[in-house]
Amino acid sequence: MRKITLAPLFGLVMLAGCEREQRQFEIPPAQAQFAKPLHAANERNAYALSQGKTLFKWFNCAGCHSNGGGGMGPALMDDHWRYGNNAEDIYASIMEGRPNGMPSFRGKLNEDQAWQLVAYVRSMSGWARQDAAPGRDDSMYPGKPENMRDQRN
Amino acid sequence: MPAARADEADGEWRMPARDYASTRFSPLAEITAANVRQLKEAWSFTTGVQAGHEAAPIFAGGLLYVVTPYPNHVFALDTAGKQRWKYDPKPQPSSQGVACCDVVNRGAVYDGGRLYFNTLDGNSIALDARTGKELWRTKLGKIELGETITMAPLVVKGKVLVGNSGAELGVRGWLVALDAKTGKPLWRAYSTGPDKEVLIGAGFKPFYGAERGQDLGVKSWPPEAWKIGGGTVWGWISYDPQLNLIYYGTGNPGPWNPEQRPGDNKWTAGLFARDVDTGQARWFYQFSPHDLHDYDAINENVLVDLPIGGATRKLLVRPERNGYVYVIDRASGEVISATPFVHITTSTGVDLKSGRLQYNPKTQPKPGRVVRDICPASPGAKDWQPAAWSPRTGLLYIPHQNLCQDAGTYETSYIAGTPYVGAEVRMKPGPGGHRGEFSAWDPVAAQKRWSVKENFPVWSGALATAGGVVFYGTMDGVFKALDANSGEVLWSFRTSSGIIGQPVSYRGADGKQYIAVLSGVGGWAGTIVSGEIDARDGSAALGFVNAMRDLPKYTVKGGMLHVFALP
Ligand code: HEC
Repeated sequence: MRKITLAPLFGLVMLAGCEREQRQFEIPPAQAQFAKPLHAANERNAYALSQGKTLFKWFNCAGCHSNGGGGMGPALMDDHWRYGNNAEDIYASIMEGRPNGMPSFRGKLNEDQAWQLVAYVRSMSGWARQDAAPGRDDSMYPGKPENMRDQRN
Repeated sequence: MPAARADEADGEWRMPARDYASTRFSPLAEITAANVRQLKEAWSFTTGVQAGHEAAPIFAGGLLYVVTPYPNHVFALDTAGKQRWKYDPKPQPSSQGVACCDVVNRGAVYDGGRLYFNTLDGNSIALDARTGKELWRTKLGKIELGETITMAPLVVKGKVLVGNSGAELGVRGWLVALDAKTGKPLWRAYSTGPDKEVLIGAGFKPFYGAERGQDLGVKSWPPEAWKIGGGTVWGWISYDPQLNLIYYGTGNPGPWNPEQRPGDNKWTAGLFARDVDTGQARWFYQFSPHDLHDYDAINENVLVDLPIGGATRKLLVRPERNGYVYVIDRASGEVISATPFVHITTSTGVDLKSGRLQYNPKTQPKPGRVVRDICPASPGAKDWQPAAWSPRTGLLYIPHQNLCQDAGTYETSYIAGTPYVGAEVRMKPGPGGHRGEFSAWDPVAAQKRWSVKENFPVWSGALATAGGVVFYGTMDGVFKALDANSGEVLWSFRTSSGIIGQPVSYRGADGKQYIAVLSGVGGWAGTIVSGEIDARDGSAALGFVNAMRDLPKYTVKGGMLHVFALP
């Protein structure tokens, strides 16, 4: 798996256009408490979202959740959430796991990757800025790409 | 014919396939082609579980037994449908997340006053059939590795035979024999790895050259790949008491992406004959060497003695996932014929000299490319849903699919307890547009006699009876009785949820013939309903959703036992 190089964290207040193209790298531990605001930025950031999409396949999330429609795990592209769709809830689902068969990815994903996944998971049901969400698909998913979805599906 | 077990009680149904030969043939003949139109529901029983109900009800000692999908509740009912006892094995909830294709269970087995069954979280359990008291419980599978158990065990000579599921998660397949008295493992035969772990020794005499050589379960794989190579044993086992051999198939190799595992990938996607006392392999035949399309080889093996080429031979008839009905000499493992029973684009035939399936290079997966019109699709011409054999008509009644698919493969990495597939699939109806069929097959003439087209895959088992009637159910919830000779539909009954269970027949306390079947849609084909899949994603449920988008318009989740009789 590709190693993501460490770079200093940019200031959190950004112009929206800049934010979309900007690349966030690993969060230094001292700033981990900024994870939430960082997440907010991720949802407006094309790079973070496309990283999330790549990780979704690499870490076999897609094996259980398919391209969001579900399978061994529940659908993630719909408006039904067992454990909530706040960023923190999704983060907890990924890192701590859930009792009915969602494995814990703590120790497999770093913080940064986890938040990119959170942003991507939310974009599946339309909770990301449309001009930042992935618009292309290298999978065979024939439906609307993530940037064409809105929260009401 | 190897004895449909010498059981005085021809009115009982003690194991899902009814007998060791796996015929699913009831000798009861009160219900006939002439009177079946009067068949009525006698009673029904709600299981309280709403996932795919694939199990066969079991009838023995005057009680009817049902195992539900996860959470694998077991019910004992009297012949009026009143609950005698209920047993809750409390399986670990996390097992639900590693069950590839709904949280199904294919049934229990009654033997000598005990009921044996397996749980999704990998336990094998024996109960006192009268009281429901647990006698022993043996933990066999590891959920952390993606291992589950969905198959119905078979009890032979005091041994409970159990195999695992999970080839979609890189699980290494095995079959274990447990002491029926204590639940202690007696032998375990792996489907991959060194000969001593596969239980291959001096007595191994495969018919074809491709199966001869040392440690092929290691050498026909890239280094170490056999450890996560699949070949799980989640289907059916038959037993021939004269030859003292059991017959069972092994699942697909892992991952689906064939690029990651050059070689024949022994001993996956093939059929083992083993000595039941020692577990030692006698022969093996590989239906799909170096499987390209997820053609698990776990289907039922129907043991019949039939005249072929002038002499009566001991045969094994096998409608296989790769699209052929195989007729095999069950003593030697020689393939006598292999005849297509569906539209096939993945291979051009089986070479009877070498026994080898001839793949069609045009439908071979290529990394980074979408390969179109792969027929049959990954669930095959026919998946787990078992056929029935009638010695009266000499026909095998095969419930099956008519599906093709487009597929792309990609490199995938192994993370324990997560899917190890590396393929993205989109299934679609095969030629003609219907997605299922119920076919009557003559294995001597090697041809289809008649066939009924169905809108959805026929995912239920089949039942044949001495009354000249055959039964099956549809995924949109219609239970049907057909004339065994002509295929004419004589009777049907609408259930509240789609049917993917195995119909059975028994004689009740009142001496009447009953037909029983579970409704409750689900399974791989029905996950779109039972798993609340989002139909916009055709790749969902390993690509089956693309072919089943309209199922939610026809049926809803459920779980109910239906029992029928003449008035
Ligand atoms: C082995 C199968 C499996 C894998 C791999 C898997 N999941 Fe899950 N996931 C599940 C199951 C099953 C559930 C439901 C758990 C429950 O209900 O307790 C779930 C639940 C979730 C939820 C909560 C959904 C809700 O409705 O609240 C999220 C978010 C999620 N998974 C994201 C992911 C991501 C991201 C990955 C990859 C890092 C991943 N999953 C990998 C099986 C899996």
